[in-house]
Amino acid sequence: MKTDLLPLSQISDALASGEVSPEALLEASLARIRAVDGKLHAFLRLTENEAHAAAKAAAQRRANRNPAGPLDGIPIALKDIYCMEGVETTCGSKILRGYIPPYDATVVRKLKQAGAVIVGKLNMDEFAMGSSTENSAYGPTMNPWDLSRTPGGSSGGSAAAVAARLVPGAFGTDTGGSIRQPAAMVGCAGMKPTYGRVSRYGVIAFASSLDQVGPFAQDVRGVAYLLAAVAGYDENDQTSSKRPVPDYAAALGRGVSGLRIGVAREYFGEGLSPEVERAVRAGIERLRGLGCEVRDISLPNSPHAIATYYIVATAEASSNLARYDGVRYGYRARAGQLLEMYEKTRAEGFGAEVKRRIMLGTYALSAGYYDAYYLRAQKVRALIRRDFDQAFATVDAVVSPTSPTTAFRLGEKLDDPLAMYLSDVYTVPVNLAGLPGISIPCGFDSKGLPVGLQLIGKPFDEETLLRIARAAEPPGHRLPPIVEDH
Amino acid sequence: MAIDRAQVRHVARLARLALSPEEEERFAAQLGHVLEYIERLQAVDVSGVEPLSFAGDAAGGIVMREDEPRPSLPRDKVLAQAPQQDGKAFVVPRIIE
Amino acid sequence: MAVADFEPVIGLEVHAQLLTRSKIFCGCSTRFGAPPNTQVCAVCLGLPGALPALNRGAVVMAIKAGKAFGCRIAERSIWARKNYFYPDLPKGYQISQYELPICSGGAVPVPGLGKIGLERIHLEEDAGKNIHAEGGSEVDLNRSGVPLIEIVGKPELRSAEEASEYLKALRLALIYLGINDGNLEEGSFRCDANVSVRRKGESKLGTRVELKNINSFRFVRQAIEYEIARQVELIEGGGKVAQETRLFDNEKGVTRPMRSKEEANDYRYFPEPDLPPLLVSRELLDSVTVPKLPQEVVEMLGAAGVPAADARAIVSDPRLVEVHRRIGVDAKRAALFVVGELARAVNENEADLGALKFDPALVPAVWKLQDSGAISSTAAKEVLAELIRTGEAPEKIVERKGLAQVSDSAALEAVVDAVIARHPAEVEKYKGGKASLLGFFVGQAMKDLKGKGNPGALNGLFKKKLGEADGTHKAK
Ligand SMILES: [Mg+2]
Ligand SMILES: [Zn+2]
Repeated sequence: MKTDLLPLSQISDALASGEVSPEALLEASLARIRAVDGKLHAFLRLTENEAHAAAKAAAQRRANRNPAGPLDGIPIALKDIYCMEGVETTCGSKILRGYIPPYDATVVRKLKQAGAVIVGKLNMDEFAMGSSTENSAYGPTMNPWDLSRTPGGSSGGSAAAVAARLVPGAFGTDTGGSIRQPAAMVGCAGMKPTYGRVSRYGVIAFASSLDQVGPFAQDVRGVAYLLAAVAGYDENDQTSSKRPVPDYAAALGRGVSGLRIGVAREYFGEGLSPEVERAVRAGIERLRGLGCEVRDISLPNSPHAIATYYIVATAEASSNLARYDGVRYGYRARAGQLLEMYEKTRAEGFGAEVKRRIMLGTYALSAGYYDAYYLRAQKVRALIRRDFDQAFATVDAVVSPTSPTTAFRLGEKLDDPLAMYLSDVYTVPVNLAGLPGISIPCGFDSKGLPVGLQLIGKPFDEETLLRIARAAEPPGHRLPPIVEDH
Repeated sequence: MAIDRAQVRHVARLARLALSPEEEERFAAQLGHVLEYIERLQAVDVSGVEPLSFAGDAAGGIVMREDEPRPSLPRDKVLAQAPQQDGKAFVVPRIIE
Repeated sequence: MAVADFEPVIGLEVHAQLLTRSKIFCGCSTRFGAPPNTQVCAVCLGLPGALPALNRGAVVMAIKAGKAFGCRIAERSIWARKNYFYPDLPKGYQISQYELPICSGGAVPVPGLGKIGLERIHLEEDAGKNIHAEGGSEVDLNRSGVPLIEIVGKPELRSAEEASEYLKALRLALIYLGINDGNLEEGSFRCDANVSVRRKGESKLGTRVELKNINSFRFVRQAIEYEIARQVELIEGGGKVAQETRLFDNEKGVTRPMRSKEEANDYRYFPEPDLPPLLVSRELLDSVTVPKLPQEVVEMLGAAGVPAADARAIVSDPRLVEVHRRIGVDAKRAALFVVGELARAVNENEADLGALKFDPALVPAVWKLQDSGAISSTAAKEVLAELIRTGEAPEKIVERKGLAQVSDSAALEAVVDAVIARHPAEVEKYKGGKASLLGFFVGQAMKDLKGKGNPGALNGLFKKKLGEADGTHKAK
């Protein structure tokens, strides 16, 4: 197999041994993007100049035997939610068309320091609101396994780019499942770390108490490499944690025998596709075969998660998106008067789903409704977290499907917001509780579409989570047809 | 829970969104649908539960920054993205108080 | 008169900018008067992705205020977002405190009024400034993110005069604490007033009106007086006071309703998810020290023998208190110097209190020169003035300006003898009983000494040499 089709960790080894150069990897990545991204639309824009310079610098360090780390010279791409100095950053929205940030997000800064070669910015649902990448103001992204289907969302561009081998690794964000659900839909690994594990500074906010940065790669080892490069305390994000960052890659080799895995009955109920359930149960059996102890547990408040989430997330979003007012940056509508300027700018600049959520969140916070909606939701959130705390007294990780179905068709859920929201039913509780979660591939349905298995870990115990995920992932990698055709 | 068009209009004004009559209609229906789903939370027993607004590592509170000035952005960068500016300041349509 | 039948109920909300070096949530400078939009960054511009990072200095100053006024300092307080749209508010929300503020309770001592209770003191960020111009408004965000404390007083004030006294006392206290510069004109100390009226004897509060935009002590009185009269007239005419926000128009001296009323009222407060709770540890609390407040300083000066009027004059400016303290001895005489020579020099622009050149500890040296007769009292005044202006050592000033008195008795005796020898006729008359000629002799001697003779010593010498010019001598 060509080096550039290999998983990230093997590419890293090939770079270390001098088998391949950063420049050659970048060329291969750009060539594949040119060949297939016309069909996928994973990228919103390329940063070729920056990438060439970065690849050259990486090659120099590699030649001097002084690499910045395992990512030095590896092409990666970023969801268009990360601010990157001098590079247009739109967050999938018309309101930020042409916006060029004057600073780098902390994650971007760390990736540059690690020698990663950033090749471009990836498509997403507008302001990360959506589960299909159809809410992008710049058109949808297609699923590499079936171009008539969505790659999930909101980090659909990131998932599709990794699955189609356009880049070995990518970053997304996950507020209610926006990394894990698309990873499941395209058959790659995607992780949402513990809230506070990675800095959010410079990552455009959707819902601040839920948003978390995370990586995509073909396999768990790649995810571990990428997470290690960005995790850690950041003085610019006071919600980030001061806990030390362990050596994630080192943890992967350790066995999983004796670890206790919880299977929550609430995550295998109504609405779950039987084919997805079959594949996930097979994955659980694999873990049992490796010596894990599988236990039945209950997370009784998780069924309230979607309702809770759509209050908490929309309330925070309504406030976070107030800054898009046409005054300092971004789109401004023509208007003679201030109030008119605000109302038209926001009406014309935001898409339908964003407006819907701003409306819902504004309503939930407004006078007379705060207690019944927002406050109550935060209490139910506490109950959801408490369920997990209790479960983790007896198990080391919880296993579930990532999403109730495999990839759905473009347009299928677009007119039914609630149906779209329910595709995040298993991922949302993890964000509400602030826990780490990962989705790994675990087989295919009868249509040949990937199925994702979710593992949920204890707060700040990404180590154990990655270790179990590594053990559970199937060996070998089936390539999506779009790559094989190429 | 139903939400009528007057409420939609009020919320849209708070959120500074100019909605067309069609949007008002559609949002009233869609928000009503979502709110109906959300109603289920009213049945959850939350008595004595402290609301959770921080699911992170917040027990230790904020690690505060020392009071030391740092460089600001150069003004041309500050104003570079503005839809309207006059070289010194952002310019907006006249504010009537 | 109808107003006399009513009792006004007034509560003040004061926004005071804290004297930190950097803003509350970013590292931008807080310096006043910089060119527009030169002290802004991603955070205080509200750029996408930027996050707040709390400044310890602002927290320390809020604690200082809380301790000074006897507030309860919360071990755990939380941040909230106050949501509204305005061009000077970059994020579309202000980070403030709502449910659990850092300080609650406490009281401000006000001379003549006792203590006026506080509801709370909370931390928040300031907004930028809109400069209204023809055809559009300019937005300057230098002030965006400057730390504020909002001091919410209880509605315990009963007249415009009391409100003004409270405000003066509060302002002075904050200056003493070193956390605010008390500058109303520049807007670093701002006041909103909640005013209602009720018929005397009634215990239920009337509908309150919030007055904004009051930026001088005079306007505080004017605005409140106008508003009281307006409300009383309204009620007497059978009308009802509407709960609203009114702006004070300082040119016309009236209050008028804000046009953008709808603005005001649904701020949709909720806990700020970008900032964890603010925990104030025992160590932090104990590390914050509170200097003496004005009231205590007045008492202290009184106990040291400073007359009450002088004490009040000194206390009106903490820099004067500092000068007084550094003089170090003779509190009463030091007070006279501070309200006398020093105040005069400040008034005549000979001295800038903000940048004093002289060391107040040198003042007693001047007194010593005067008391020992080395310089005259007139010369002492001149030396003090020069000391204030230049900071030069008093001895040097005396020398440079040639102000030393001749007190050396041998030198004086020679002059006295010469004067007596030159004026035999006057000597005769003096001895004959014309005692008033003593002044003439002393004057002549002073002339010879170019004004630097010690007048007391000369007096004594002439008397001794000429014999006393009174009856007793004559009889002898
Ligand atoms: Mg305030
Ligand atoms: Zn700043």
